[in-house]
Amino acid sequence: MRDIEAKAITETVARLAQEANYRLGQDVIEALKRALGQEESPLGRQVLEELLENADIAAREAVPLCQDCGLVVVFMELGQEVHVVGGDLYQAVEEGVRQGYVKGYLRKSVVRQPVSARVNTQDNTPPIIYTEVVPGDRLKLAVFAKGGGGENMSRFAALVPAQGRQGVVDFVVETVELAGSNPCPPVIVGVGIGGTVDKAMYLAKKALLREVGCPSPDAEAAGLERELLERINALGIGPQGFGGRTTALAVHVETFPCHIASLPVAVNIQCHSARHKEAVL
Amino acid sequence: MEVKRIKLPLDPRAIEGLKAGDRVSISGSLYVARDAAHKRMMEALERGEQLPFPIEGQTIYYMGPSPARPGQVIGSAGPTTSGRMDAYTPKLLAIGLKGMIGKGSRSRAVKEAIREHKAVYFAATGGAGALIAKTIRKAEVVAYEDLGAEALRRLEVEDLPAIVINDAHGGDLYEEGKARYRRAS
Repeated sequence: MRDIEAKAITETVARLAQEANYRLGQDVIEALKRALGQEESPLGRQVLEELLENADIAAREAVPLCQDCGLVVVFMELGQEVHVVGGDLYQAVEEGVRQGYVKGYLRKSVVRQPVSARVNTQDNTPPIIYTEVVPGDRLKLAVFAKGGGGENMSRFAALVPAQGRQGVVDFVVETVELAGSNPCPPVIVGVGIGGTVDKAMYLAKKALLREVGCPSPDAEAAGLERELLERINALGIGPQGFGGRTTALAVHVETFPCHIASLPVAVNIQCHSARHKEAVL
Repeated sequence: MEVKRIKLPLDPRAIEGLKAGDRVSISGSLYVARDAAHKRMMEALERGEQLPFPIEGQTIYYMGPSPARPGQVIGSAGPTTSGRMDAYTPKLLAIGLKGMIGKGSRSRAVKEAIREHKAVYFAATGGAGALIAKTIRKAEVVAYEDLGAEALRRLEVEDLPAIVINDAHGGDLYEEGKARYRRAS
């Protein structure tokens, strides 16, 4: 067994939450630059230039890239030989979110009760925490600040097997078209196919953590990613929905085995401000 | 591409001259409200009370800033999705609201009310909150302070960059832009 101090987990989560909100990933910056080179729409190019300038200012001045600093989703890969000492693992993560958002001047965007008493929790807790137990003695933490705009445009369909590949493609493209200008295009589209209702959406969200534009190692998924990206960028929505060629920077597809009766498809939309950072303890 | 300079509060003649797709640079004072502040304003109107600010001729920016660091005017300050305010907007346009700044498409009812009341809807760049914050000279909470990031604020802005989405003549950039760049597939 290898001991990891709860305090180290808290400090790491607090640091990653701030870095995610101030520093846009290099993969996203490169994707925006490529889009700028290809975009035909003058308004679209202007938007892409503003986004690159915004990323510069945010990193230089430690100002959040976007005022919506997100609901935090933490993906943990916990080595089965890790022993957390000096505190409770989930409480340590939650405390990291609290410290990161309070000390980092990040916006607190969580309400305690979703239906009527929508009172802000004031510290951006609780986060959503997913844990996968894996071999080894390390703890990998991915802190993902998920904005509300893209999340609100996400969809799920319980397709039937007869709808097949075409059904999947049509549903994903339709979802991006319905979202239109709302989720701050150019977007990154996370697609989860298979599993159960909940597993499919989990895969769609996890797909957003992949480096932007890095294709799936699975040949069919990679083919779907190419076709979906082409069809989405033919919609004409463009940067911020002002019209243009760049509606999505990337489509990431993840698949999982499923029931003989089912073809679940989940689409989780990510705005261009794709903010996540990882660390291994 | 020409950039039209817009002074707030909006002049009815200036609104008349704006077309969907125009680039604008906005200066002057405006009010900031998003979901929770809109809900409270509606409740006040239903009770027959006054709004916390005189709305006639004014512009509302749909935004909830991140906290300012010491010495900063405001934190990150980009637009939020306007569609969530659609349920409240026709009523506000009917009592004199003239301008809105946000991002994303509006409902049919809002677009009709924009035309009927000769108003205008602008989009600022969503996700460019650090850049937009540079154009904000002053920020103060006017009402609903307990709502934190969702409090009703008054801002002074200088050269805030935006695009006309819905003009007073029925133009809609989201429809026109998409149609222009759409490819058959």
